[in-house]
Amino acid sequence: MEQAPLDPERQLQPAPLEPLGRTVSGLEAAVGEEAEGARHAGSGVDTMTENNFWLKKIEISVSEAEKRTGRNTMNMQETYTAYLIETRSVEHTDGQSVLTDSLWRRYSEFELLRNYLLVYYPHIVVPPLPEKRAEFVWHKLSADNMDPDFVERRRIGLENFLLRIASHPILCRDKIFYLFLTQEGNWKETVNETTFQLKADSRLKALNATFRVKNPDKRFTELKHYSDELQSVISHLLRVRARVADRLYGVYKVHGNYGRVFSEWSAIEKEMGDGLQSAGHHMDVYASSIDDILEDEEHYADQLKEYLFYAEALRAVCRKHELMQYDLEMAAQDLASKKQQCEELATGTVRTFSLKGMTTKLFGQETPEQREARIKVLEEQINEGEQQLKSKNLEGREFVKNAWADIERFKEQKNRDLKEALISYAVMQISMCKKGIQVWTNAKECFSKM
Amino acid sequence: MEGERRASQARSSGLSAGGAEGESPGGGAPFPRSSGSSALLQAEVLDLDEDEDDLEVFSKDASLMDMNSFSPMMPTSPLSMINQIKFEDDPDLKDLFITVDEPESHVTTIETFITYRIITKTSRGEFDSSEFEVRRRYQDFLWLKGKLEEAHPTLIIPPLPEKFIVKGMVERFNDDFIETRRKALHKFLNRIADHPTLTFNEDFKVFLTAQAWELSSHKKQGPGLLSRMGQTVRAVASSMRGVKNRPEEFMEMNNFIEIFSQKINLIDKISQRIYKEEREYLDEMKEYGPIYILWSASEEDLVDTLKDVASCIDKCCKATEKRISGLSEALLPVVHEYVLYSEMLMGVMKRRDQIQAELDSKVEALTYKKADTDLLTEEIGKLEDKVECANNALKADWERWKQNMQNDIKSAFTDMAEENIHYYEQCLATWESLLMSQTDLHLEEASEEKP
Repeated sequence: MEQAPLDPERQLQPAPLEPLGRTVSGLEAAVGEEAEGARHAGSGVDTMTENNFWLKKIEISVSEAEKRTGRNTMNMQETYTAYLIETRSVEHTDGQSVLTDSLWRRYSEFELLRNYLLVYYPHIVVPPLPEKRAEFVWHKLSADNMDPDFVERRRIGLENFLLRIASHPILCRDKIFYLFLTQEGNWKETVNETTFQLKADSRLKALNATFRVKNPDKRFTELKHYSDELQSVISHLLRVRARVADRLYGVYKVHGNYGRVFSEWSAIEKEMGDGLQSAGHHMDVYASSIDDILEDEEHYADQLKEYLFYAEALRAVCRKHELMQYDLEMAAQDLASKKQQCEELATGTVRTFSLKGMTTKLFGQETPEQREARIKVLEEQINEGEQQLKSKNLEGREFVKNAWADIERFKEQKNRDLKEALISYAVMQISMCKKGIQVWTNAKECFSKM
Repeated sequence: MEGERRASQARSSGLSAGGAEGESPGGGAPFPRSSGSSALLQAEVLDLDEDEDDLEVFSKDASLMDMNSFSPMMPTSPLSMINQIKFEDDPDLKDLFITVDEPESHVTTIETFITYRIITKTSRGEFDSSEFEVRRRYQDFLWLKGKLEEAHPTLIIPPLPEKFIVKGMVERFNDDFIETRRKALHKFLNRIADHPTLTFNEDFKVFLTAQAWELSSHKKQGPGLLSRMGQTVRAVASSMRGVKNRPEEFMEMNNFIEIFSQKINLIDKISQRIYKEEREYLDEMKEYGPIYILWSASEEDLVDTLKDVASCIDKCCKATEKRISGLSEALLPVVHEYVLYSEMLMGVMKRRDQIQAELDSKVEALTYKKADTDLLTEEIGKLEDKVECANNALKADWERWKQNMQNDIKSAFTDMAEENIHYYEQCLATWESLLMSQTDLHLEEASEEKP
């Protein structure tokens, strides 16, 4: 795992924080500079026993959400939700955890953190935030941001976000991230002081580069393709899943009506009465069982959503590569043109167009001294340009190398997580079927006793 | 219970169907006969019944043959009906087998209609042959039902499927509609065949055996449409009076019918709704599986898992299809038939009330008019008999109907529950096998990684 050639200020130098923490989507504890073998999937409970290198481990949790009112930047009253972030350090020896930090953050601060990370770690696939607004909802689920279920799912998503960063070998060492967890007041100012917004690539420039770049690394082109496909297929999946959930809800709930009618009917029946009544009860049980089932499934949808948003993060890395590559190509082109100009001036042939050349033609020859001066300037520029090209080349190659390393890491994480999600989906279905068998077996018994 | 019945029998001038053996229907018969030779069967099958009541002759009064009022039915004594319930439920003794199939479309210049083939197999003596094949259309069924209601106003006649179903019917003759109707018509005829009294109805026999032209000419006998319409209007008016003096047990019965009707209608609606929701769920699920396949095309490591999930979903779709068809075959027709039955029951109740009302009005007339007291008293006597018969017939048939209803509802819902259990079992097996194959892979991979 290579370190990006970045400003050492960004990174915390002493003992990096080794995060632990089990997210609902099965995050493995990362190992920093450890070799591959030390990675563990599964429970986050102290899988770091080999990792004697780090003295402290931390646990991060977003444990609460609270509605707040306050004044925004335009001094207008607004309601928002604040989330409590608690950081615990775990003593290596006895596994006890001690609360070290606890502060409240709102969603916009998470966004700020992420935007900062995007700028300073363009070669990293930066973990995505949970959705800002509820999408892919099936009708029963509220699309309201203030709805408690949505807030709860977002809380889990934010916790997952922090854990992903904390377990990333490079991102976990970022100072701003550390301050996010520990410095409540003034954190926003600190971030803004980095002036990272200025360093961000303009969207326009990036777009331009994407169209004009001639020789991007093929792997990035493929990756972009893949991320488009992934995004499209997961959105489609989520949409249809929401519709299926809707329909399933309908099927279960309508059965509940049997309960009421059976009960009323049983009043006029002598022999059938008891059977009807108790069968009706089971119909009620059946109807209400769907609520838990769909809540579990919502969690599956969230796991897929995370990777839907990861697709965008992948594309961001590709864009950065294209931008750098384009920059490089432009610089090379510029250098080549200057060299040619220089050569022409030296030999006296005019093949390339230059304003100076034009005016000289029109208004008379320049003196040999003037020509010499110009050649001198060009030679200096060419020198500079060659230096720049060299460093850009190096930068570009470093970027590709580091980015690709992180992409490989990401791919493995993705495969692990999604496989687990699919298996957990199967487990959910199994549980739903077992419940169904039980309810209908009970109902059948009641019916046969009528 | 039996004692009661015998006592009422003594009072009633009711006669077990057919009275003396060998009496022929038709000309010279002092009473209209609607159940031909049940007495024969009765004597053969049952070991008792030296009971004199069975041979009691019904009144020879021709006035009771008045064609413009609901003819007095030929009541079967409740006792013999109990015995015949025993006979009817024993499949070994069933001697009339009817099937309704092969719907065929007929186009004429005036109209298009469907006929159904009806095959009857029987060992009964009064049938000329042991096998019959005829074609009937819905109108013919309607006619038969009308005749049965006429002949037995207080028996619970099985319901016919509706004329049309308004909801979502573009074409009157789409395949599902025809098939549903065919099944219901099959049920209709078989229920009549199983009914201890109705099975011997003459019109029923004609319906099953006569060729088309024979049927038309037979239909022309009997009260015309107009006279029957007149009856209906009077029936509604006079039934109101009959409600006042309704005996307690019929009050209870009526109460039951009202509530039952409400509930069964609700259950019908609920069941139809479930069918609709399950259909829509299936439609969405069919779209769901293929997306996983699509996704697997972009992946490498995840290909197998994604494909497995897709195939599980497909298998669950098939299980859902089976569940839905089970619902539409077992539960929906039964529930719907009882919705129609509940309407029937209300009609039967009305007719009983109307018969009672006739009596009550004559009684009223007697208390006020002085003239013709003798005639009135005589009429009242006959009407009292008529009411007695009607009530007894209804009571007996009611018990039989309730028993059947309980059995039918019980087995319909039990079947539905069974269908659902089966559905979930199938889905469970599918997902469990996916889980197992994944865990096996896991173990394989884990063992591979071990140095």
